[in-house]
Amino acid sequence: MLFKLSVNNMKKSVKDYTVYFCTLIVGVAVFYVFNAIQSQTVMMDITKNTREIIEMMESMLSGVSVLVAVILGFLIIYATRFLIRRRNREFGLYMLLGMSKRKISMILFGETFLIGLISLGVGLLLGVCASQFMSILVARMFQADMTKFTFVFSKDACIQTIAYFCLMYLIVIVFNTVMVSRYQLIDLLRFDKKSEKVRMKNPWICTIVFLISAAMLGYAYYSVTGGFKEIARNGIYTSIILGAVSTFFIFWSLSGLILKIVMSVKGIYYRGLNSFILRQFASKINTMVASMTIICLMLFVTICVLSSALSMNHSMNANISELAPVDVQLMKHRNLDESWIKQGYTKEEIQNSRSGLFEEYKQDGLNLDQYLDEYVTFNIYATDDLTLGDMLGSSLEEIRMVYSALQYDTAELIMTVSDYNRVASLYGKQTYTLDQDEYMVIANYETMMELRDRSLKKGEKIKVFGHSLKPKYETCRDGFVEMMASHANMGIVIVPDQVVDEDYVEYESITGNYRSKDKEKAEATFRKAIKEKADLNYISTSRLEILENSVGLGAMVVFIGMYLGIIFLISCAAILALKELSESADNVERYDMLRKIGTDEKMISGALFKQIGIFFLFPLILACIHSYFGIQFCTKLLETLGNEKMMQSVLETAGIIVLIYGGYFLITYLCSKNMIQNK
Amino acid sequence: MKTVLQLDQIEKYYGNRSNLTKALDSISFEVEEQEFVAIMGASGSGKTTLLNCISTIDKVTAGHIVVDGTDITKLKGNQLNRFRREELGFIFQDFNLLDTLTAYENIALALSIQNVPAKQIRDRVLEAAEQLGIQDVLDKYPYQMSGGQKQRVASARAIITNPKLVLADEPTGALDSKSARMLLESFESLNAAGTTILMVTHDSFTASYASRVIFIKDGKLFHEIRRGADNRKQFFDKIIDVVTLLGGDVSDAL
Repeated sequence: MLFKLSVNNMKKSVKDYTVYFCTLIVGVAVFYVFNAIQSQTVMMDITKNTREIIEMMESMLSGVSVLVAVILGFLIIYATRFLIRRRNREFGLYMLLGMSKRKISMILFGETFLIGLISLGVGLLLGVCASQFMSILVARMFQADMTKFTFVFSKDACIQTIAYFCLMYLIVIVFNTVMVSRYQLIDLLRFDKKSEKVRMKNPWICTIVFLISAAMLGYAYYSVTGGFKEIARNGIYTSIILGAVSTFFIFWSLSGLILKIVMSVKGIYYRGLNSFILRQFASKINTMVASMTIICLMLFVTICVLSSALSMNHSMNANISELAPVDVQLMKHRNLDESWIKQGYTKEEIQNSRSGLFEEYKQDGLNLDQYLDEYVTFNIYATDDLTLGDMLGSSLEEIRMVYSALQYDTAELIMTVSDYNRVASLYGKQTYTLDQDEYMVIANYETMMELRDRSLKKGEKIKVFGHSLKPKYETCRDGFVEMMASHANMGIVIVPDQVVDEDYVEYESITGNYRSKDKEKAEATFRKAIKEKADLNYISTSRLEILENSVGLGAMVVFIGMYLGIIFLISCAAILALKELSESADNVERYDMLRKIGTDEKMISGALFKQIGIFFLFPLILACIHSYFGIQFCTKLLETLGNEKMMQSVLETAGIIVLIYGGYFLITYLCSKNMIQNK
Repeated sequence: MKTVLQLDQIEKYYGNRSNLTKALDSISFEVEEQEFVAIMGASGSGKTTLLNCISTIDKVTAGHIVVDGTDITKLKGNQLNRFRREELGFIFQDFNLLDTLTAYENIALALSIQNVPAKQIRDRVLEAAEQLGIQDVLDKYPYQMSGGQKQRVASARAIITNPKLVLADEPTGALDSKSARMLLESFESLNAAGTTILMVTHDSFTASYASRVIFIKDGKLFHEIRRGADNRKQFFDKIIDVVTLLGGDVSDAL
C-alpha cells in the first residue's frame, strides 16, 4: 500500500522530477564513463609507456571521483530536501489522517529507492553506451589503432558507480528520516498560507555594500593578476576568500540596487510586464543570494578548469615541435665527486663518470654514424664559483624578498658559444657571437627570464673560471638545450670558448636525428646498440618519448578537466533549474491572474523567459568576469606548460557551457511554460 | 441609452450525451450604459458560469454575447486577451492582486500591459485612487492592507482602463460588513460617475446597491426587478421577497 503511494507520488510529480532525474542519470553516466576509461583501452594497440600513463590517469580519475561523488551527494541531498519541502501539504494530509511518521518515512524511503534504482539503471546503461564512444576519443588522443571495435563493459567501474551512489542514497534516506521526525502538523498544513513579505533594502546601505565589495573584488583581481608577485608570498587563499565573500555581497546589494535604479526610470519600469518581472526577481533574489553565490563560484571554477585544461592540451601538442626538434638526446653526468653518494649514486657510477660518453662508445666499437644522421656533441659546465645568486648580483636581496623558495646557491649551467651555436643550428635556432669579455643568457622560462633581466639590464659583471665577463645583451635570449615538453629552461650562461675549464664538465651530450625514416624502429635498434644503462648518470630523452608523455599528460588533464567541469556544470544548472521550476509552480496563480486581466500570451511567456533568463544569466555574468582574471592567473601558474591557443580553449569552454547550461535553461523555460499554461 | 452588453439565448452545457448538465439554459438580457446590474442566485445556479462566459474566460455552447457591438463568442486567442484588457474590467472575490507589487504598481499594471506611455500612467493611477479613496495605501503591499482596501485597489485597477463594462464576481464575499458597505458605496459613486457594472452575488444586501437585480435559478432566468424610485431599504425588502420565492439556500446566506 505504502509502496503504491510512493509510485503514484512519483508519477504525479514527474514534471517536478524530470530535470532532477535527468541530472542524476547524466551524473551516473559520466561517473561510469570516466571510471571505465582504463578498461576501454585494454584492447587497444598502444605502447607500454602510454599504458603506464593511462594507468596513472585512471588512478587520478578515481581520486577525482571521490570529489565528484561528494558534489553529486550534495546535489542529491539538496534536491530531495527541496522537492520534499514542496510536498509539505501532502504529508500534512497523511498525518491528519493518522499516518505515523514512521510510515511517512517509509513512503519517502520507497520513493528514494525507486529514483535511485531507475536512475542507476538508466544511467549505467547510458554510461556503457557512451563509453564506447569514449574509446574512440581515447584512441584518437593516444593515436592508437581502432581497427577493430570491441564492446567493452567495465565491471570495476560499474561496481564503483553502484557503490558510490548507493552510499549517497543511503545518506539521503537518513536525512529524510531526520527531517520527517521533526515535522509539526500545524506547520505542514499552514505551509503555503504565509503571505510573502517584501522587504526593500535601504538603497544607501546597498550602494555602500556594493562599492565595498566591488573594491574588495578589484583588490582580489589585482592580486591574482597584476600583483602576481605578491601572491607568491601571501598565498592565493586570501584572494579566493575575498573573492567569494565579495561575490555574495555583490549579489546581495545588486538585488536591492537594480530594483531601485530601474524603478526610478519610469519609462522602463512601467512598460509591459517589466514591473512584474522585476518585482518577481527582487522578491526571489533575497532568498536566492546564497545559492546564486555558490552557483557563480562553481561556474567560475568550471570555466577556469575547463579552459586551462584545454589550453594545456593544445599547447603541449604545439610545444613538441618547438621544444623537441630532434629525435634523440643522450646525456651523461660527468665528473661526480664522492658527495653524490648521498644522492643515491653508487661508487661505480661515480668512477664511471670520469670517462666521456663519446670515448666510451668508441671503446665499445659503436659507430654513431651508422645510426644517427646528423648529430652534435657538446658539454655543459658548472662551477660552485658561479651560482644563481652570483648571477643576480646586486638584485639578489630584492628578489629574495619575493621569491624566498628559489635555490640561490645552485651552480649555474655554462656552455661555450661555439657548442651552443652547433646545438642551435641543429635545432634551427638563432646563433650568436661573443667578444672575449662578454657573456649572455639563454632561457625560456618567463618568470626566471624576468628576474635575470634585472641584473642583465644593470650590466652586472660575473666572474667565471677566473675571467671577468660583462653581459652582451640587456635581456635573456630565447632558447634551450635540453629537450623537454615545456618551456622550463631556467637559464644557461653562454661564455666565450677560451673561458671554460675542461675539468668542470658537468654533462656531456650527444644530440641528433636517426638515419632511418621509421623512427620507432630506429629508436629500438639504437637503444639496443648503446646498451642503454640504468645508471643514474645516463639520461636519454627522445622525441617519441616526450611526445607520448605530453600526449598522455594532455589527455589526462583534459579528461580530469572535463570530468570535473561537466559534473560542476550539471550540478549548478540542476540546482537553478529546480529552483526556477518550483518558483514557476508557485507562480502559476500570478500568471493566471495576469491572464485574467487580459495580458497577451506572448507577453506572459516573454515575462517568464526573462525571469528565468535573468536567474541563469546573473551568476554566469559574474562568473565570466571572475574567470577573465582567474584564467590570467592560471595562465601564469601554468606558464611552463605553455598557454598557446588560450582563445581557442576559452571558446571551446564557452561552447560546452552554452550547450549544457543553455540546455538546462531551455528545458526549465519550456517546462515552466507548460506548467503555467496548464492551469 | 446605448446597450453595452447583449446576451442572446446563451447556453452552456457540461458533460456528455448520457449525462448532460445545462449550466446555462437560454439566457437573454441586456445591460444599458451606466447601469449597475446585480445577478443573484443560489450556489450552483450558474451565475459564475454566466460571468465567466461574459468575461471570455469560458466559452458558451450556443448563443451570442455582444459587447459594445462586438460578438465576443467569435473572438479567438489573442483577440480575446486584447478584448479583455481593453473593454473589460475585473473585480474578483479573492482580489487577485499580485503580492509582489505595491498597490500603485498593481493598478499601473493594467495600463502598462496596454502599452500606455509611462508619462500618462501616474496621473491616471492617482485619479483612480482618488475616486476610490485609497491614496494613502498606494505604496503599501497587499499583505499590509485590509481586505476592504485590497478590494478597492482591485476596483481601481478594474476601472483605470475606462472599460465598457466592469465585471465583479462576489466582490464582498471575503469582506467584513463594514468594508463591504464601504466598497459598495464606492461602486455606487463609480456608477454615478458613468461606469457600467455587472456584479454577481448571492448576498441580498450587496445586491440592494444595484439599480437592477436579475435572478437566476438552475441556469434559467427566474425574475428581474428594478430599483426605480425606491430607496435602498425598500429595494432590499423587495429582493428578500424574491429570494424567499427562490428557495431556502439564498436566504441562508443572509
